[in-house]
Amino acid sequence: MPKTKTTSATADRTYDAIVIGGGHNGLTNGAYLAKAGLRTLVLERRHLVGGAAITEELRPGFWFTTFSYALSLLRPDIVQDLDLVKHGFMPILMPTTFCPKEDGDYLLLGQDHGENLREIGRQSKHDADAYDAFNHDVLKVIQAIKPLLDEVPPDLFSDDPEELIALAALGQRFRKLDKKVLHDAVRLLTGSAADFLDDYFESDVLKGYLASSAIIGTKVGPYSQGSGLVLLYHILGEHDGEMGAWSFHKGGNGGFTQVLSRAAQALGAEIRLESPVERVITRNGRATGVALADGSEFYAPVVVSALDPRRTFLELVEPRELPTDLVETIQRFRFQGTSSKVNFALDGIPRYPALGDRIDQYRGFTNIGPSMEYLERAFDDAKYGWYSKRPYLDTAIQSLVDPDMAPPGKAVMSCFVQYTPYHLRESDWDAEKENLGDTVQATLESFFPGFGDLVLQREVRTPLDIERTVGLSEGNIFAGEFLAPQMFFFRPAPGWAQYRTPIDGYYQCGSGTHPGGCVMGAPGKLAAGQILKDRARAQA
Amino acid sequence: MIRTTPFHERLAALNETGLWEHWSNHLAATRYQMSEKFEYFAIRNSAGLFDSSPLYKYRIHGLDAERFLAGVLARDIRTCQPGHAQYTIWCDDRGFVVEDGVILRHGPSEFVLTAAEPNLAYFGELIGRMDVTIEEVSDDWAVLAVQGPRSRDLLSALAPAVGGLPYFGLTSTRIAKVPVHVSRTGFTGDLGFEVWAPAADALTVFDAIWGVSRGQGVIPIGMIALYMARIEAGLLLLDVDFHSSRFAWTDADRSTPIELGLGWMFRDLANDDREFIGGDAIRREIAGKTSRWKLSGLVVDWQDYDRIYDRAGLIPPKDHTPIQDEYYIYDDDLNQLGYATSQMYSPILQRHIALARVPLDRTAPGSRVKLELAVNHRYEYFDANVARTPLYNPERRTA
Repeated sequence: MPKTKTTSATADRTYDAIVIGGGHNGLTNGAYLAKAGLRTLVLERRHLVGGAAITEELRPGFWFTTFSYALSLLRPDIVQDLDLVKHGFMPILMPTTFCPKEDGDYLLLGQDHGENLREIGRQSKHDADAYDAFNHDVLKVIQAIKPLLDEVPPDLFSDDPEELIALAALGQRFRKLDKKVLHDAVRLLTGSAADFLDDYFESDVLKGYLASSAIIGTKVGPYSQGSGLVLLYHILGEHDGEMGAWSFHKGGNGGFTQVLSRAAQALGAEIRLESPVERVITRNGRATGVALADGSEFYAPVVVSALDPRRTFLELVEPRELPTDLVETIQRFRFQGTSSKVNFALDGIPRYPALGDRIDQYRGFTNIGPSMEYLERAFDDAKYGWYSKRPYLDTAIQSLVDPDMAPPGKAVMSCFVQYTPYHLRESDWDAEKENLGDTVQATLESFFPGFGDLVLQREVRTPLDIERTVGLSEGNIFAGEFLAPQMFFFRPAPGWAQYRTPIDGYYQCGSGTHPGGCVMGAPGKLAAGQILKDRARAQA
Repeated sequence: MIRTTPFHERLAALNETGLWEHWSNHLAATRYQMSEKFEYFAIRNSAGLFDSSPLYKYRIHGLDAERFLAGVLARDIRTCQPGHAQYTIWCDDRGFVVEDGVILRHGPSEFVLTAAEPNLAYFGELIGRMDVTIEEVSDDWAVLAVQGPRSRDLLSALAPAVGGLPYFGLTSTRIAKVPVHVSRTGFTGDLGFEVWAPAADALTVFDAIWGVSRGQGVIPIGMIALYMARIEAGLLLLDVDFHSSRFAWTDADRSTPIELGLGWMFRDLANDDREFIGGDAIRREIAGKTSRWKLSGLVVDWQDYDRIYDRAGLIPPKDHTPIQDEYYIYDDDLNQLGYATSQMYSPILQRHIALARVPLDRTAPGSRVKLELAVNHRYEYFDANVARTPLYNPERRTA
């Protein structure tokens, strides 16, 4: 082959940065790098970007949010920095939260504060103003904690003066907090959701609803120590300034990642689909590029993995290239996915007997978790290696919020299911998949008589499906459990929480890094900041 | 006695809030749902139904109707062919805006003009010896605005002629056998139509529209959702963004069309030998560049917004509720430059936005001003950038 041709072919394959994985963090990272002027390539294994945030038309006219299904934690500065509005960013208000009870009653919360307090008072007169007190106390904690979502954790183990200053500043900030706020924060970060909620409320259905945020995506029950952290995490987001509120993106979270993809490309990033990366190429302790499964190679001095820590450290590179203690920590990193999705195409809107023909209660989440005990019993099954007989369900009839999701008069219903542990005792998910679908459908039938008659199509996505389709190890939706030893300074490993790796030029930007999962984009954004900082240093 | 519109029976049943405003002595829903923001999203994602019946409506006809309107309206009616509608204004002889409205041209000499306030005496006194008759037909027509991306498909299902209507097109057709007019007009800045039904048949027409809308997220929308949409679209509201020159006490309360950003109405003025009320003054204003300010969009700097609230120990609010009141704008040395007349947090733009009167040297997009807002009981000054209106302008609006 003539030499000139080789050079030009190599040049075509040479970039300033290569991002492995076109999930929302990979796209965010790629977009920020491209915005800073780096010639950036994002490589996605599948035929579409989005990772776990995808929307698929599984039946003509019916659009399913296959996995991830709502927005809240997405960092508002990403929307602005990447000009997402121009590309179609549109988070739609979900105006209700509906919590059916097992006795046929319900708790229905909406946008009118006074109406909500009356509705809570219907369950417990005591809980009406307790609800205000709870929200006020929690908002104070949110205000204190939330800035951490937008900061690189200081390195506890470094003597670099810059890190020591950052650490001191962090300590100083917490020292300045009101005593009660700091104490509440610690109670939430270390304790159980049940203990915290019991301090405020007596109504089972209200506590069941609030505690559901303490278990989503995580193998803990509301009575487990550590569930408070999950609760706090899930209410750190916002919808248009309303803290803790969730919204539905136009076209689902797949609609959102398409927006992100358009923005990244508009900023100059190149996205290649169906390009699974086999390994990161390293030379003398430096990353120099990636090799795809088909043998082709791309080169860049910066390679960023948006995959989870197991894939980033144990699969894309050789463990022998890494320090032993890091390898051990990643091997011990808990994934243990415990959530599934069962999505439905429906011929109409289910009826809830106590509400007659009303359907406006379904315009947000419908929370099938009528008490903390219900949630804990659902967890009990998982502790012993099986899925819940009566699972917790977080459902949403999304076509009521975005009518473009289903044909007129029809509906799509997203149904998040827990607990469904990745490791089943004496069986596997290939065998149990449709049984899980039946269990979920039977649970829905018990709350919405006649539900089964409405089902046109059912899609079951177990933790194994999540792992196979999206690539998240053990199907953990957060790319690693939200447990204190896996957060902040320690996410994904002590000393490696600043998006770098022991291999020069090799970075990590997935949800397995700080601050963690949910469609937040913070890991992608913060990692880009580190990469650009390192480049500036190297060029100085 | 407060009156109700011809659609009231149906809309009252759909109003879950019990909240009504008084609009031209008619009950008009503030919002129908507990969340006006949800109504707003119906406009942007499906369609919202808005009852515009309380508008004043004037039938203007006679052999000289076109000639008459060419002289009293500031925008050239001769460019509006039968089967079309036009957004228009009328000015006083000093070139200040009296009011605005939409005019429908049903035939060569057959017009219907809408207005927010009574204008019969005003126009009547200008007829002179021309062959023109003006009659108020406000109560004859019920008007239902169907606004949003689904509006065309919904109405086409009932009246196929609607499908081909261009922006500001007008057709006479039937819905549920009732003869109606449909104009591709509205006050939301989105794809939308207004259905004009004889008052007596209003409920029949409403039921037909409501019937084809079921299961598609179509809901009635109240005043707040409409105001949200119109601020994003940069559409002017009388007594908020401008005042009628007829009733203003000082010129500070008067506005010229150029100042209001309606200069596009006069693009062909050089080739237009038409004499119309205010025409000379408008020509002088354009030639002499004597406008005092220009109504422009403002987009508040989000980082500055967050910073100021954070510093005050508050969580930055993002409230979509329109504030249709005066808030002052300043330069960096806190000299007043002008004022905002409408503002809100725009859910679709994800920014705080405003319509504001800015001095001519700051009308270029990106020019910076400071917007004064109270935070924690004291005034703070937020960086804002001037932007062209409409701030939100989806392609489907005119496509």
